[in-house]
Amino acid sequence: MNPKRSFQALILTLHNYWADKGCAVLQPYDMEVGAGTFHPATTLRALGPKPWRAAYVQPSRRPTDGRYGENPNRLQHYYQYQVILKPNPSNLQELYLGSLEAIGLDPLLHDIRFVEDDWESPTLGAWGLGWECWCDGMEVSQFTYFQQVCGIECSPVSGELTYGLERLAMYVQGVDNVYDLNFNGREGAEKISYGDVFLQAEQEYSRHNFEYANTAMLHQHFIDAEKECLALLAAGAPGDSSNNRLHKCVFPAYDQCIKASHVFNLLDARGVISVTERQSYILRVRTLAKACGEAFLLTEAGGANWNREAA
Amino acid sequence: MPDLLIELRSEEIPARMQRKAAGDLKKLVTDALVEAGLTYEGAREYWTPRRLALDIRGLTARSADLREERKGPRIDANEKAIEGFLRAAGLSSLSEAHVHNDPKKGDFYVAHIVKPGREAEEIIADVMPAIIRDFPWPKSMRSGAASAKPGSLRWVRPLQSIVCTFGAEHDETKVIPFEVDGIVASNITYGHRFHAPEAITVRRFADYAEKLEKAKVVIDAERRKEIISADAHNVAFANGLELVEDEGLLEEVAGLVEWPRVLMGSFEESYLEIPSEIIRLTIKTNQKCFVTRKPGAETLSNRFILVSNIEAKDGGKEIAHGNGKVVRARLSDAAHFWKRDQSDLPDLETLTASAEKFGLDLKKPLDQRMAKLDALNVTFHAKLGTQGERVARIRSLAAALARLTGADAASVDRAVVLAKADLRTEAVGEFPELQGIMGHKYAVLQGEAAAVADAIEDHYKPQGPSDRVPTDPVSATVALADKLDTLVGFWAIDEKPTGSKDPYALRRAALGVIRLILEGSARLPLLPCFDVALAALKAQRPDIRAEISADLLAFFHDRLKVYLRDLGARYDLIDAVLAPDADDLLMIARRVEALTAFITAEEGRNLLTGTKRATQILAAEEKKGTEVAESVDEALFRLDAERTLHASIKVASDDARDAIVKEDFRSAMQALSKLRAPVDDFFNDVLVNDEDKAIRANRLALLGLIRSATGEVADFSKISG
Repeated sequence: MNPKRSFQALILTLHNYWADKGCAVLQPYDMEVGAGTFHPATTLRALGPKPWRAAYVQPSRRPTDGRYGENPNRLQHYYQYQVILKPNPSNLQELYLGSLEAIGLDPLLHDIRFVEDDWESPTLGAWGLGWECWCDGMEVSQFTYFQQVCGIECSPVSGELTYGLERLAMYVQGVDNVYDLNFNGREGAEKISYGDVFLQAEQEYSRHNFEYANTAMLHQHFIDAEKECLALLAAGAPGDSSNNRLHKCVFPAYDQCIKASHVFNLLDARGVISVTERQSYILRVRTLAKACGEAFLLTEAGGANWNREAA
Repeated sequence: MPDLLIELRSEEIPARMQRKAAGDLKKLVTDALVEAGLTYEGAREYWTPRRLALDIRGLTARSADLREERKGPRIDANEKAIEGFLRAAGLSSLSEAHVHNDPKKGDFYVAHIVKPGREAEEIIADVMPAIIRDFPWPKSMRSGAASAKPGSLRWVRPLQSIVCTFGAEHDETKVIPFEVDGIVASNITYGHRFHAPEAITVRRFADYAEKLEKAKVVIDAERRKEIISADAHNVAFANGLELVEDEGLLEEVAGLVEWPRVLMGSFEESYLEIPSEIIRLTIKTNQKCFVTRKPGAETLSNRFILVSNIEAKDGGKEIAHGNGKVVRARLSDAAHFWKRDQSDLPDLETLTASAEKFGLDLKKPLDQRMAKLDALNVTFHAKLGTQGERVARIRSLAAALARLTGADAASVDRAVVLAKADLRTEAVGEFPELQGIMGHKYAVLQGEAAAVADAIEDHYKPQGPSDRVPTDPVSATVALADKLDTLVGFWAIDEKPTGSKDPYALRRAALGVIRLILEGSARLPLLPCFDVALAALKAQRPDIRAEISADLLAFFHDRLKVYLRDLGARYDLIDAVLAPDADDLLMIARRVEALTAFITAEEGRNLLTGTKRATQILAAEEKKGTEVAESVDEALFRLDAERTLHASIKVASDDARDAIVKEDFRSAMQALSKLRAPVDDFFNDVLVNDEDKAIRANRLALLGLIRSATGEVADFSKISG
């Protein structure tokens, strides 16, 4: 398993590294999201007092980044490697640098830097301070100390690491075009490249995102997801009695919030959203995210029954 | 005298915040020490991406004892008052108090209280935690397990360690071990993250700086800048190129590294087809690298200069190679924008209504972008409507202005409808500072006339006191329309600049109008322009009813004063010619100019004295209620000086008035200067306060004529001296 030889070995190396640091190695979330942060294992688990450590790959979709397969670096579908540690350990920077060494980046050969980049997700009502991590001038990761998620103050603060897997792989494999990445580590006839897997999809999705997507239908989907999210939150809301204090339906409601966010991104790529409308769409998604976050705090995982002293 | 060394080491501090933070640290610490009664000889701050350091020299070891006298009650005061005095002064019995004698009030008690001085160490340990907790970072954060509790430390990024040592020169220093959120100050720091991660024990600034240097940390940011600048020039020169200097970038890069090492990277020459501005911004903004050019050339070379933070094992080959790849990828993206901006937008059929509104040709890319800008209803300002509405307003105003500036109406119109189109291009989306510049380039590419293309770029000008003022009539007209629409709009919704707040840069816009008018010698009365602009706005937004002209004109007067004063004009002379309704800025400036020349010559100075004397006498008599004749009656003249003055005033007034009609202020001043001798003679020969009431009233009326004659060119009462 050489992380410099194949895309999958890179992923497996990171899995091993972070599993060793006590992370639960999860699988990708099974919905379309714009970034690994949207996975409930990050968004929701960053809330409340309970410690949490997880690592996973998240396929991410950014419809406006489609380039019809013609750009060697930009993709509308790509992979993020996501690590979340709550609370952040005080040596998180060292842990992160250790992961780079694990995949073969020698910090005395490569120029590794932490460059200011404050992260904010207006749709998630979330922000944090941190950096873009540069390797020889290339942003290979995002490093954030979450301060607020779903409009709720993080207590304690989580550290979030997001690796751009394709870029990192291009770097360690030494290729200039993402589609030339070796995916499976074989050579000759058995070799499967990133292009073999994704090039056609990039072309087709670019057409879809910019030209074909049915905007009237998408508008309707947005409205439906918004309604459903609020309906589910209402249905699962806690009652007055003491044996009915917990919220009973947060994860399914949050799925609808994710869906609304992705539909909004598609509408944005189709260029049918005006600037004022854009603001109001973002606000509507944020309202859903906030409602989900507040409901999550009323659940077991959100720490509603958690006694700090006992932990 | 002891020295104090403080280092606050943290995870990477944003480059843009370091200099100010180090300065804040110095100020906060020295202020607190002085406040506590210590003094020091000198203090200097240092910073790197990972630390703020402060070197204070010659600090007093101990604050002086403070003596205070507290006055007490009279010695015959009741017991309660005496008890209260003892308690407040901290005395155990009256035997510790002194008795003072006052011959008027009698004897009373006084307590001599001594507040003993404190050790500097104690003071430092006392003030530091609060300084760190309340540090004025523009943005700060909580972190770690401590952040589960309220009130945990906020720092710009997690704070990792604190150094605080104190001691006299040549002596061993002591650690002052104060604590903040679990971090205890020590004498231990760490060097370069990768080259020297081991602990370093430090005593005072001298060995601190030296040991850090050995551990590959240059603590002094100015030195890092010098190293980068010198090495960058050398590397460029060695490759037959010259560095394109960039002070802002240099400052930023010096804040990104502790151990600067300069390297050179390259990209394919084919990318040089992309406009230089885009290449430079791509490489600077995204990669923090410098661009180079062949000596004397306008265009860039395909080599760039980067600054790394390590002394790489391979001499930096991998680093340069890697940076080159990233720059290539960025330029490939930029090339993509550049190409996409020149091709057709999808769904053109949805843009026909907008195209008709602005007379746009949807076969042309820039026209499509303007139509899209309008169709998307992109907001300019919530109360002032969309960018499309704004362009429509500028268009009607520019058409009216073109009649006054003599600019070609068709070119002005075309330039206006394309002026904001590039806001919808991808290049400007990526680099907003390229607005106008990109519009110009795309306009040329789609075959617009030079005057139109230039106006698209230049209508944003002048951006400040030193920016170029466009001279082409088309550019100047669109620039004026753009700025006047902005000013009238924000005035109409009552968003005026206040104090230091001017979020919409309205002062700059007004200065732009002033410079366009004065430096372009344009005759452009402002009030009618305000009316046209306001009418266009009110047609779109009937809810706007504001009457703003007088207030906006007064704002222009203020800005004009600032502008003219910066050019050396006297404030009082500007005031003397500035009538509240004067809206022709060029005429105001010319009057000031003529008046300045006049008043600095001897004739003018004397006339000013005479006029002032006349005005003062008149004002005093008017105040007393002395009768002043309605008009001058020649039959009441008794002396020649009266007759001569009267005749001279008539001639001078007529001549001055004629000259002013012809806008020849110099001649007007000259006409008035002929009054000097008759006015002087009048005051020498004539006693205004004649015993005969009628004669006195007539003479006062004659003084009134002096005042009104000079008033033709300026209000002399406002001129000082």
